[in-house]
Amino acid sequence: MTNFRLALRNLLGAGMKTWLNVIVLSMSFVIIIFYNGMMDGWNQQARTENIAWEMGGGQLWHNEYDPYDLFTLNDAHAAIPAGMDQAQTVPQLIIQASVYPQGRMLNVLLKGIPADQQVLALPTAELKNEGGASQAIIGKRMAENAKLAEGDQVLIRWRDKNGTFDAKQITIAHVFDTDNPAVDQGQIWMDFAELEKMTGLENEATLITLAEGYEVPEDENFVHKGLGVLMKDMDDIIASKKGSMGIVYVMLMGIALLAIFDTQVLSIFRRQKEIGTYIALGMTRSRVVGLFTIEGGAVSLLAAGVGALYGIPLFAYLASNGIDIPTASAEGAGITMASKIYPVYGFGLVIGTTLLVVIAATIVSYMPARKIARLKPTEALKGKLQ
Amino acid sequence: MEQSNIISLRHLTKKFPVGDGHFTALKDINLEFGKGEFAGLVGPSGSGKTTMLNIIGSLDSPSEGDAIVMGKSISALSHKEAARLRNEHIGFIFQEYNLLPVYSVYENVEFALMLLKMNESARKKAVMEALEWVGLTDKMKSKPSQLSGGQSQRVAIARAIVKRPAIVLADEPSANLDAENSHNILRTMKQLNQELQTTFIFSTHDEKVMQYLDRKISLLDGRVDKDELISHEVETSS
Repeated sequence: MTNFRLALRNLLGAGMKTWLNVIVLSMSFVIIIFYNGMMDGWNQQARTENIAWEMGGGQLWHNEYDPYDLFTLNDAHAAIPAGMDQAQTVPQLIIQASVYPQGRMLNVLLKGIPADQQVLALPTAELKNEGGASQAIIGKRMAENAKLAEGDQVLIRWRDKNGTFDAKQITIAHVFDTDNPAVDQGQIWMDFAELEKMTGLENEATLITLAEGYEVPEDENFVHKGLGVLMKDMDDIIASKKGSMGIVYVMLMGIALLAIFDTQVLSIFRRQKEIGTYIALGMTRSRVVGLFTIEGGAVSLLAAGVGALYGIPLFAYLASNGIDIPTASAEGAGITMASKIYPVYGFGLVIGTTLLVVIAATIVSYMPARKIARLKPTEALKGKLQ
Repeated sequence: MEQSNIISLRHLTKKFPVGDGHFTALKDINLEFGKGEFAGLVGPSGSGKTTMLNIIGSLDSPSEGDAIVMGKSISALSHKEAARLRNEHIGFIFQEYNLLPVYSVYENVEFALMLLKMNESARKKAVMEALEWVGLTDKMKSKPSQLSGGQSQRVAIARAIVKRPAIVLADEPSANLDAENSHNILRTMKQLNQELQTTFIFSTHDEKVMQYLDRKISLLDGRVDKDELISHEVETSS
């Protein structure tokens, strides 16, 4: 207990020197937590967006369907299994097509989706055709690439079930904004019923997205893909990002600990006479080592407190208002990435990081402090380190 | 004055390694110090004064022979036991004061008592009493950097005597002080020696110190050259 009081007295007595150390270390705390919170938020957002816009609670894929092989699309469709709850399922028919905006030709995926579906976040209600021209919705990336805007008409050409080319004008009813490029780039969404008529593939689907928790009926033409399978690519990316996050985490932590280590080493050099005096006044060497270790640990505790003073309001603000990532937005990233990231500062992250830094700081404070145990008090009193 | 020996140096020899050989700082010293002595080790630099004080203070150990302090053999003490001996029985006064720079005067004096695990009210009483002895109650909140040399040495004296040790070891206590401050602190120490019966042992080559000593031990090249009792009256009131 005396050592704690003495350590606190030493730290407070050192004034500005202590507070500079505390502030620098508190910045390390805040940066480590900020960075990890941002990455966690990004990962969480990416997963949530992927599920909301594309994956739902899982999908049934036609046996032939391979999203990485467009040639499979010709045969990857079959009758929608009977007995499916329409409110819980979203059949999608996918075919290849070409559009001709401003005389240019663009190859696209033409996707049919029920306009009244409620499972995915896609704004399919915009597809409700009131008897006019065929309507389509596209994402903002597709709109930008094809130079299309709401209300524009564009010629589309496709093959029907017999392989016969057909073409018609469609109207862009709505341009939606999503952070998930997988439902945006190179894709045109039309009403499922309309695409059925255009292709002659009545009541057939390439894949069926399921609502969360919907039990899957077995069907010989379709294979069930759970979220674990569907999200594997994303989870792999997140896992690899977590690996690099870990490196940055270790680097940031290393910088913070190096600062503490240096401060301690410097302290032992600078405070030799003081150490000698402690010993002359009756402190055991182990107690002096303990005092220096506690001082190092206490700096990290003070840093945690100071970091909390400005970190908590900062994190609360960022968590509710998000962080704009304009240059690294999803425009060309190819993966789900929001233009605004809402960091997630979980209890585990904050407490875990704090504990880790405090424990590590105490250990690195102890390491140079052990040198004191080898100091001869007579030499220490003269200020000569051996 | 009837004295019981609290320090015995028996054939004390101290050697320090130098290159491939060694330097003998103390050679076969035999001395006794009694309770309440006011003794000085005098001699030129390198004569072994500080080394002897360090061994008596259990900061160093003999190479040969032994030093028995408060009934304990310094050679046989572990680090912990030596620390305990210093903590309970020995006060140090250093030439450069060695005050803890971040502590106030009060905290510097209190430090020794904190190691003794004395409770706060007893500590406060003892610290105030020690500061009164050295006349620094008005400076109790000052930091060492705000004190003069004389004041700093007075704080060091207060710190050394606050725990009422049996022995105070003072290494060149007046070396950094002017004549007036030297006399002041020596009078203070003499007074404490008489009031508390604390044994004071100085290392010095300062003539001003010598005139206060009751016993003068002259060292030369690590040997006791002369050991003489001095009978004189010194004005101890300031």
